[in-house]
Amino acid sequence: MIKIRREVCGYCGACVSVCPNGALELIDAFLTVDNDNCTNCGICAKICPLGALEIEDEKPL
Amino acid sequence: MKNHYDVLIVGGGPGGALAAKTVAENGLSVCIVEKRPAIGVPVRCAEGIGEDLLHEFLEVDPKWISAKMESAKIVSPDGSEIKLTPKMAGSEVGYVLDRKVFDRDLVRQAANAGAEVYVKARVSDAIIQDGIVKGARIEYMGDTADVTAEVVIAADGVESKFARWCGIDTTVPMREIETCAQYIMTDIDIDPHETVFYVGNNISPEGYAWIFPKGDRMANVGIGISGKMSGDGHRARDYLDKFVETTFPKGKKIELILGGVSTCRPLKCTVADGLIIIGDAARVSDPITGGGIYNAMYTGRLAGEVASECIKKKNCSRAALMKYDTMWRNSKMGRALERNYHLKELFITLDDKKLNAILNSVKSINMAKFNTMTLISELIKHNPKAMLIKELAALKKLID
Ligand SMILES: Cc1cc2nc3c(=O)[nH]c(=O)nc-3n(C[C@H](O)[C@H](O)[C@H](O)COP(=O)(O)OP(=O)(O)OC[C@H]3O[C@@H](n4cnc5c(N)ncnc54)[C@H](O)[C@@H]3O)c2cc1C
Repeated sequence: MIKIRREVCGYCGACVSVCPNGALELIDAFLTVDNDNCTNCGICAKICPLGALEIEDEKPL
Repeated sequence: MKNHYDVLIVGGGPGGALAAKTVAENGLSVCIVEKRPAIGVPVRCAEGIGEDLLHEFLEVDPKWISAKMESAKIVSPDGSEIKLTPKMAGSEVGYVLDRKVFDRDLVRQAANAGAEVYVKARVSDAIIQDGIVKGARIEYMGDTADVTAEVVIAADGVESKFARWCGIDTTVPMREIETCAQYIMTDIDIDPHETVFYVGNNISPEGYAWIFPKGDRMANVGIGISGKMSGDGHRARDYLDKFVETTFPKGKKIELILGGVSTCRPLKCTVADGLIIIGDAARVSDPITGGGIYNAMYTGRLAGEVASECIKKKNCSRAALMKYDTMWRNSKMGRALERNYHLKELFITLDDKKLNAILNSVKSINMAKFNTMTLISELIKHNPKAMLIKELAALKKLID
């Protein structure tokens, strides 16, 4: 599970571009994750310029 | 909004705007769908563009320009500086735009040429029939509309979801996303007509830091690092804060800008039946500089031309639209992308010692002769022989 910290997110879309499963989407200023498609790979959490994404249970990259 | 257009454009950035304007000038119906409520806002850019590059497309309007650059400076890890004047630096010298004004004006020009524009209208899916892209599903004012088109142009920027919905993998590899943070800073001591680039693995691993002036005592101050080098405690914003603390401890931050730039190769194919992909969505930003405004406008205009031609000939198949893909790949821009990809693959292997050595040796070269090729030959000279043979061979081929 990916947790989005909305108060940190700068809705820049960098995470959307690296998600191998297309599980992230930016709806205006609102980042959403489709947890059915998310594989917890952690790439989005790693590259976020602000640290707005957290993997809830699995090991980070 | 109608339910059919000749061309439907997903995204109202510089790429989408140029594509729309071109199609409208060809007398065809075209619509831009932009999910943000305001064109160009929030900005995700350092706003630098070469003077000749901008002039290639448009009559430059002074209100787009925040500042005019007369020189560029590269600061190596050991602190030594190389100064480049316009003739040497080529496209690295030019304008720092005000993209809030610029992007909106490009869309205004498209609208004035006849394009329809919808803002706060989000494309949420592709419409595909028998493997052919037929249009897009649009969320607008609480309603969902299916809009069809002869050609859809995906101009949706770094996110590049539309092509993905069409079955094309647009994922940027983790190591090839430059994750960026930037402040607009004011009350800082700068040369208002000089861009400054800092390289070094402590400052910005596999990337660079920049100061792009936006007038007296004001500048875009930013940093980009490879996604591979990012993580808790050492993210783009952390590097930026460190950089700003030492460079402009008294400066004030009046805007925070974030974003990702791809430094990967362009998509293997940028067309499909009924679809053209342009700009950042096609991954055509420059792997070395991260610059993508020109490339988006270039591919946008070309996409507009090829789409118009194909529609008039009533054939918008992948094979017909392929003309677009072939043309940009063989263009000066396409060749520069290929060359700069190899250059980037070399650049990221350099430790600070090598960066210092290269920059210092470039410095001693007759500056009148300085150009990208000089830099490349210096890179080749300083690169360990055993490594990257493939990259070097490819580079040599491109130079010859
Ligand atoms: C920090 C940073 C600094 C940069 N500095 C420079 C620089 O100095 N010089 C330079 O040349 N380039 C720079 N770039 C790159 C440059 O910003 C991009 O290459 C350029 O904006 C690409 O234009 P585009 O039209 O392809 O996409 P964009 O300008 O990103 O436009 C895409 C548009 O599509 C919209 N969109 C996305 N999805 C949808 C959807 N589903 N429905 C509707 N609309 C959608 C977006 O909201 C956006 O408005 C920088 C980038 C970053 C992140």
